[in-house]
Amino acid sequence: MAEFLSLQEAVSKHINNGDTVAMEGFTHLIPFAAGHEIIRQEKRDLTLIRMTPDLVYDQLIGAGCAKKLIFSWGGNPGVGSLHRLRDAVEKGWPNKLEILEHSHAAMACAYEAGAAGLPLAVLRGYVGSDLPKVNDQIKFIECPFTGERLAAVPSVRPDVTVIHAQRADRKGNVLVEGIVGIQKEAVLAARRSIVTVEEIVDDLGASVNACVLPSWAVTAIAEAPKGARPSYALGYYDRDNAFYKDWDGIARDRDTFQAWLKDNVFEKGAA
Amino acid sequence: MSLEFTSSEMMSITAARALTNEMTCFVGIGLPSEAANLARLTHAPDVTLIYESGTLQTKPDVLPLSIGDGELCESALTTVSVPEMFRYWLQGGHISVGFLGTAQIDRFANLNTTLIGDYREPKVRLPGGGGAPEIATNAKEVFITVKHSRRTFVKDVDFVTTVGFGRDGKARDNVPNIGRGPTVVITDLCILKPDPETKELVVTSLHPNVTREDVIEATGWDIRFADQLETTPAPTAEELEVLRDLKARTNAHHSGQQ
Repeated sequence: MAEFLSLQEAVSKHINNGDTVAMEGFTHLIPFAAGHEIIRQEKRDLTLIRMTPDLVYDQLIGAGCAKKLIFSWGGNPGVGSLHRLRDAVEKGWPNKLEILEHSHAAMACAYEAGAAGLPLAVLRGYVGSDLPKVNDQIKFIECPFTGERLAAVPSVRPDVTVIHAQRADRKGNVLVEGIVGIQKEAVLAARRSIVTVEEIVDDLGASVNACVLPSWAVTAIAEAPKGARPSYALGYYDRDNAFYKDWDGIARDRDTFQAWLKDNVFEKGAA
Repeated sequence: MSLEFTSSEMMSITAARALTNEMTCFVGIGLPSEAANLARLTHAPDVTLIYESGTLQTKPDVLPLSIGDGELCESALTTVSVPEMFRYWLQGGHISVGFLGTAQIDRFANLNTTLIGDYREPKVRLPGGGGAPEIATNAKEVFITVKHSRRTFVKDVDFVTTVGFGRDGKARDNVPNIGRGPTVVITDLCILKPDPETKELVVTSLHPNVTREDVIEATGWDIRFADQLETTPAPTAEELEVLRDLKARTNAHHSGQQ
């Protein structure tokens, strides 16, 4: 059964230096509160996995938490670059960052294979792309039945997956609604999982086919209201698109980034 | 009476006209999203728009800033998970058109959204592939819209993130279960289409008030023009009005929140 912990306890107990960590949420329900707690606890040498690193990994990378990034699209959606990610890749600041990049289709399949307990994912992908030349984790295999050449990538099996969801009930069952992204697969693919939620309620209010993670499939739950901001939680608050635009200016410069981090992460305690 | 319009408006309106009601379009963010929604709000009200965040048949009132804005989910017929989107709907063969933007494009319509320079020592690191590598091969055909400049239109891309027709124009030959690839590229200057034989991009239509020299100047290779070079029809008053309303609504929405 999922254990109810404070966010501070959950991160302290379940995320270790050197771990492989997936923090998912496809634009929606990005676990920013948990990311900030990881920064405050100064976790180091993490291998971060995420389809779209988004601002949350820009912040973790700029804060020096990451040694490696596995991803498929590293931009600020609709705005431009992730400047902290670029600074780490182009200039090695604040430390050198190893990158391993995929396409969305391959990463989605790799998470799904991880959830299914398989060692690899197979897809009709990467035809004609240079990505297999720079990522040795992309191979091609021949279909044993048709002979078709297909791409293969290893499944994603994180030490820890962190997601944010709308709510949990008092037994620890979790409901995810709206753009459900890859969160269910990411939780099931991981050895341990932390789910932050907007609120803990008596009745989940889930429809019969809703995306529900049973309590026994989750390791820890922490209540973190507004825990996805500046991303959003359908039914609770909208995406703060103005902040996504402002981030371009904040993150472009190392000093303004560090000042932002001090004021908005280090000097703000966990919820 | 002739209407005044910008080259960006000309590009979006021309790109929108490429879509029809019957199409199921996998929409990239940015210019493709603007064009696809303009099509839906003008001549193609029943065009099916799909975003990689899992939103099927979505009808946003304002343009999303990201591919996963709440607006897309709330106005969608249904929303599926990301693996389902890529495996069942895209790879499964339900997408007629992939509509993509890019940072660099070359003469064989290969797209680079990965980096400028060398992979290990990049001059400029770009966001990466996202959904594009598989959209470009699993959709039945691909439309591309991008602003025309020498920085963007290069003879050979630094990195093939997403295949058009490969470095030699033959990347799709004899590959089973692959789409036709790029069938049209719409810029702020002209319309280009791949030569049926060589697959090299050829200018087939110039936008109003654009000259051959303008296109030559903005293209990083020795660009060819079709024998029957056409002039793209100018935007109509309705197209311009709908586009301007859409952009005004969108700007107000994204700057005014919270």
